[in-house]
Amino acid sequence: MADFDQELDASGLNCPLPILRAKKTLNAMDSGQVLHVVATDPGSVKDFDAFAKQTGNELMESKEEGGKFHFLIKKS
Amino acid sequence: MEDKKLAIIATKGSLDWAYPPFILASTASALGYETQIFFTFYGLQLLKKKLALEVTPLGNPGMPMPMGMDKWFPVLGLALPGMQGMMTAMMKKKMKDKGVASVEELRELCQEAEVKLIACQMTVDLFDMDHSEFIEGVEYAGAAAFFEFAGESDICLYI
Repeated sequence: MADFDQELDASGLNCPLPILRAKKTLNAMDSGQVLHVVATDPGSVKDFDAFAKQTGNELMESKEEGGKFHFLIKKS
Repeated sequence: MEDKKLAIIATKGSLDWAYPPFILASTASALGYETQIFFTFYGLQLLKKKLALEVTPLGNPGMPMPMGMDKWFPVLGLALPGMQGMMTAMMKKKMKDKGVASVEELRELCQEAEVKLIACQMTVDLFDMDHSEFIEGVEYAGAAAFFEFAGESDICLYI
């Protein structure tokens, strides 16, 4: 997994909380910085993809590892 | 590019139906939508300072019942006193166990995200409700005000 500036553990949270927490964390970050989100909600895979497409933030990586979902989002 | 707009009418005042308007509005805000929810009739319950929302199995054949209760308790059983309170407690516990946000939490997230919450003044009067019963930040208006925003919206939902 590439470098990141901030991490958000959304494990155990269900829709739409992982997205809402990620959005809130990104708001406090600078453009170009990378957020690493960890989630357990299987729905979050499609949701983070859709979130990136609609907000213009780049989803650099999306993968499952050890039963958890990891996302790297670069703030636009 | 101008922000997209989402207009929602929330008409139901039960625990289960409290979720769709608040989930969709908070998510839309996170995606950059400007969002308004217009609360009318039983939807006004969702704006009360102290939420007392319940869920009922009555008239709801789609509701999954624990331990096959729907087979053991036909319709009359579901109407027994205490059944609604029990179903509400079970539903709340299930939601907590599954990491589903509470209605209060989602409502706060909507307010943080500047979702505009509008109460229908006509139904507030109809039910003899008082503005002091509702949370801070609620605006009061009528159908014409709703159309001013809804007419410009990209998505309009009646829930």
